[in-house]
Amino acid sequence: MASKILAEAGLKVAVVEAGADYDPALEDHRTQLRPPWESPRRGAGTVRPFGDFDAAIGGWDIEGEPYTRAEGSEFDWFRSRMLGGRTNHWGRISLRFGPLDFKRKDFDGLGENWPISYEDMAPYYDKVDQLIGVFGSKEGINNEPDGHFLPPPKPRLHELFIKKGADKVNIPVIPSRLSILTRPVNNDRGTCFFCNQCNRGCQIYADFSAGTCLVKPAMKKGQVDLFTMSMVRKVMTNDQGEATGVTYISKLDMQEYKLSARVVVLGASACESARIMLNSKSANHPDGLGNSSGHVGHYLHDSTGADRMGILPDMMDRERYNEDGVGGMHVYTPWWLNEKNLDFARGYHIEYWGGMGMPSYGFGGGMDTMRQHVKDEFGNPGVNGGYGEGLKKDIRRFYGSTVGMSGRGESIPRYENYCEIDDQVVDKYGIPVLKFHYTWSDQELNQAKHMHETFEEILTSMGAVMLGNKPGADKQYGLHKPGRIIHEVGTTRMGNDPKTSVLNKYSQAHECKNLFVVDGGAFVSQADKNPTWTILANSWRTSEYIIDQLNKKNI
Amino acid sequence: MNRRENLKLLFTGSLASGILFTGCGPETAETVEIPHTPKIGEFGSYGRTPQEIIHNENLKSSTFFTEDERKKLDILVDMIIPADDTSGSATGAGVPDFIEFMVKDIPSYQTPLRGGLLWLDHKSDEMFGNIFLEISEDQRIQIIDLIAYPDTAKPENQSGVKFFNNLRNLTATGFFTSEEGFKDLGYVGNRPNAWDGVPEEVLAKHGLENDPKYKDVYLDISKRGTIAQWDDNGNLIG
Repeated sequence: MASKILAEAGLKVAVVEAGADYDPALEDHRTQLRPPWESPRRGAGTVRPFGDFDAAIGGWDIEGEPYTRAEGSEFDWFRSRMLGGRTNHWGRISLRFGPLDFKRKDFDGLGENWPISYEDMAPYYDKVDQLIGVFGSKEGINNEPDGHFLPPPKPRLHELFIKKGADKVNIPVIPSRLSILTRPVNNDRGTCFFCNQCNRGCQIYADFSAGTCLVKPAMKKGQVDLFTMSMVRKVMTNDQGEATGVTYISKLDMQEYKLSARVVVLGASACESARIMLNSKSANHPDGLGNSSGHVGHYLHDSTGADRMGILPDMMDRERYNEDGVGGMHVYTPWWLNEKNLDFARGYHIEYWGGMGMPSYGFGGGMDTMRQHVKDEFGNPGVNGGYGEGLKKDIRRFYGSTVGMSGRGESIPRYENYCEIDDQVVDKYGIPVLKFHYTWSDQELNQAKHMHETFEEILTSMGAVMLGNKPGADKQYGLHKPGRIIHEVGTTRMGNDPKTSVLNKYSQAHECKNLFVVDGGAFVSQADKNPTWTILANSWRTSEYIIDQLNKKNI
Repeated sequence: MNRRENLKLLFTGSLASGILFTGCGPETAETVEIPHTPKIGEFGSYGRTPQEIIHNENLKSSTFFTEDERKKLDILVDMIIPADDTSGSATGAGVPDFIEFMVKDIPSYQTPLRGGLLWLDHKSDEMFGNIFLEISEDQRIQIIDLIAYPDTAKPENQSGVKFFNNLRNLTATGFFTSEEGFKDLGYVGNRPNAWDGVPEEVLAKHGLENDPKYKDVYLDISKRGTIAQWDDNGNLIG
């Protein structure tokens, strides 16, 4: 976003990307609309973590780019090394933070308030909606602000069953809000043709990714130079402690280069930007750039997550039709219990999945435990396992009858959860790596417990057979490990007090006036919303501030 | 242009330029140039990076299963997924080649599958005095019945059960992710289309309906080519 806004203001912009160029419209890059048999592993996740056709090039573990964890800590760090990064494969769930989400401390006394409010961000959310496009419905829910929505698609069959079941237990289910173009927003991008494969990158740019919708259009105007395969080592500073550019290692020739700049904008992802700042030590910044507060890397927090699935007997042996839809759910559940007295402070939303998706690696498996649920024409239950024509028929009947739900919630940002430089380990470019310190607290555990109770309530209400068991305390209530939801934010948080924050309310470093951070690092708290829309809005706001400050010759 | 023609355009992709005309009257006419007509499938490197191409080729260049193991595998996968009135067999759909690739892609499959195939010879010899490839079809069924039903299998056959669960999973996945498997399932997606909700007859069958509250909110697919515009309050206008 910053590259587009700054370039449109007439500034020369150098975009430094650690991975290769990527464009899903190129036949060499395209994975969209390919059947599973084009992959010898039929889409299995052996090479790419979310499957062979997924757009993310990178993963939790990247050869030559390690990270470490403190004893007793769990944190998995996902990186996409490609233009557009993780926005190429993300879920496109584009939720605004609400008024409450910026001021949670006022509400529950935990964590810290943002130094800005919803009113500060709202104009930028409006602009992002119209530039990029997001479908949804105006609902008038206080903490789920409406936007400039495109029309949402009608629900799929399992989503209608979910809605019916959830209605009975008073849990709201409304049209989802995804940045997928059900109608065009300009002449440069196509309209969704409903293949359900946004995670593969869209060849007609009908969904949002930073590369196709922001960087590439910005480059067309000739103001942007893209440096690919360039791994930033540090931000250079002068005697006054101001940023003068970056040094990077070219992955192509393994040589180090210097790039000079009037302003440095970090948008490398919350942890990578923190790593660059911590590695940018100088006489003026002995603890890392902009880190005299010691807060860079701290307050790292990811969304919580837990999932459950079931089988809906009503959907067994279904009529066939093309049910692909958009690349994500058509309905979701926003957090609905803000005013309730619960044993955890923050909320979660629920995402839904199921239906007649395209078979991929893993399809047809598990009949050794699930075939019992496939009843024959006379209502007799099946026998687990088996083989032959009967098995084949039962897999056919079973197809499209599963439903699932995933809770994604807000964790409490804590000083104790952080990343720092591990001075014992370097990556293959010689750059010291990150070491993670992270544990969940009872807040997140109790929330996950509540998620599972809700899942069972909805599944039961809709008449589903639940698969697996509700995980107990011994399994941390099914709470995913930190980092697994890939919403990590907070490492360079903004605030009015330079002693307890890294950035000011314009995402400008307190101690380095020409250094800005435009990724999730600036987040004070993450809400139960996916962070992308707020990253985009905040980045736009920061970019306008940079232009303003340059015009005023303040930087 | 009516909705049907609009859809027809999308389905056939007959406009090579990828231009989609929409709007029925001059007052609503809009032309949207779609940068690319969507391409479907196939060939090429399915979007691999250079490193991934090398990795895939490396895996393909070696062979794991011996000739005898392959013969056993052919028999077993067709016992699991035979041809029937709806579709062809597992071997016909290339499942053994898929399994050959997977055991190299996920090496933890190798020992259990190799061991399991040998276990079949052991059991076959114990029961019928000959190896699995040499016994009759009926005798093979007797052996497989010992390991195909996990809930009732005897404790002494548990290792065989585990092996057969693995093989059943791989065979089912290999078959249903093939072209023949798609035909069997009646999967008709993975192609450009215009989703306009669950078909009426399916809604009726399940006694469901789209929430009337959203009647005017849901996408009107005839407007899929018209650039969205909003008023200051974010209401969609035109």
